[in-house]
Amino acid sequence: MREINWALARKRQNLEKRARILQQVRAFFVGHGLLEVETPQRIPANAPELHIDAIEADGAVLHTSPELAMKRLLAAGYPDLFQLCRVWRFGERGDRHLPEFTMLEWYRRDADYTKLMTDCENLLLHLVPSGRLAWQGTAIDLTPPWPRLSVTDAFNRHASCSAAEALTAGRFDEVLTAEVEPRLGTAPLFLIDYPVPLAALARIKPGAPMVAERCELYLGGLELANGFSELTDPVEQRARFVADELERRAAGKMPRPLPEPYLDELAGLPPCAGIALGIDRLVMLLTTAVEIGEVVAFAPEQL
Amino acid sequence: MYSCADLKKGLKLIIDGDPHLIVQFDFTKPGKGQALYKCKLRNMLTGSLFERTYRSGESFEPAQLEERDMQYLYKDESGYVFMDQKNYEQVIITEDVLGDDHYFLVDNMQVKVLLFNERGIGVTLPNFVNLRVVQSDPWVKGDTAAGNNKPATVEGGYTLQVPSFVEQGDLIQIDTRTGEYYTRVKE
Repeated sequence: MREINWALARKRQNLEKRARILQQVRAFFVGHGLLEVETPQRIPANAPELHIDAIEADGAVLHTSPELAMKRLLAAGYPDLFQLCRVWRFGERGDRHLPEFTMLEWYRRDADYTKLMTDCENLLLHLVPSGRLAWQGTAIDLTPPWPRLSVTDAFNRHASCSAAEALTAGRFDEVLTAEVEPRLGTAPLFLIDYPVPLAALARIKPGAPMVAERCELYLGGLELANGFSELTDPVEQRARFVADELERRAAGKMPRPLPEPYLDELAGLPPCAGIALGIDRLVMLLTTAVEIGEVVAFAPEQL
Repeated sequence: MYSCADLKKGLKLIIDGDPHLIVQFDFTKPGKGQALYKCKLRNMLTGSLFERTYRSGESFEPAQLEERDMQYLYKDESGYVFMDQKNYEQVIITEDVLGDDHYFLVDNMQVKVLLFNERGIGVTLPNFVNLRVVQSDPWVKGDTAAGNNKPATVEGGYTLQVPSFVEQGDLIQIDTRTGEYYTRVKE
């Protein structure tokens, strides 16, 4: 007999804060005129990604992101959208990863990734009105605009090799994690303009054929959000999906069909930009928790 | 063989011929990138610690260790002494090799001693151990929130976080797999 489940009891402040954050996030997007939507979690196919594995669910898969369904809504004429939902990723459990986590995803029509970065700045200021975030004994200044640092410049500044060299050697992620990310500091910063092979659904930057308009938000040492100017060319999108699916199969992963309805309707997608933000990590940041299991009622191993 | 998906704290592997224990583990994955499995490993023969990062696709040889039921007797200058109660054979393991597990050894405790080529290289403890709190700051009056915690030191010197209602002299149960407080023991 145990007198109290103390690991659960001591999360209470974090979970109360989490509830408030979710309410404030909703209020922020509703206040900016975005429509909240819900899309199915069990779907026939995700966008093929070499490094993201879906969880099988009775002949279908659980979504790893609500992106395809939300873009189909945009293509059908819906206005700016947001969604707060659970997403699922096979085998991901670490201090900053859960196999089931809460994602905030939003889309802006007739906009590119610069709009998303401004949204991130405004959202954080909505959650921390003073603009000074108390964090692990220091204060992080959230005054916008936050620096935008290109991947090329970040590697030149912080890594032992260039981004292009790392990519050619198949060591991009390793160098990014081991050398670049630890030197980005704790103040908010966007890493932008990724090599095209690292942005399957992003638009190529006009005038820079090797660069895709993708941005990642880093804050408090956490990678918080990933967004891009959406690729709207169905022919280019199909070619990238086919290449990625072939690469998945070559790596021995379970074959999945391509998301045909999405490809079919993509021609109707207006120029737009979309971004996903990890709510659990946002709660970690605002509660200064160091382990993601501290901001959810139950981590998988506590069930 | 183990794959990266099997890696976790407490797993035992053969690396360069020696058995190793994963003492810290983290999974990281940048953006849409490749998964990286960061392990802090202890060489179970020498006790030396080092870090290594693995990438998906790598595989690992499990460490096949003989386990023998033994009783913990005492600690002397040579190390921690265990005895097989069937044949009275004794095994000595040094503190370096035991790592944090040495904090949870209580005289006469039944453990499984791990053997590699006849040599004692670690123990598997009971999942829970009861230890007495020897130092903890007093409970602050008015601090009634159920989730509040404070540090406490138990006999043997191990320090951990406990609920604020735990007092010096209390007997507490610790989960030896995580090293965390589990519950207070009523006496």
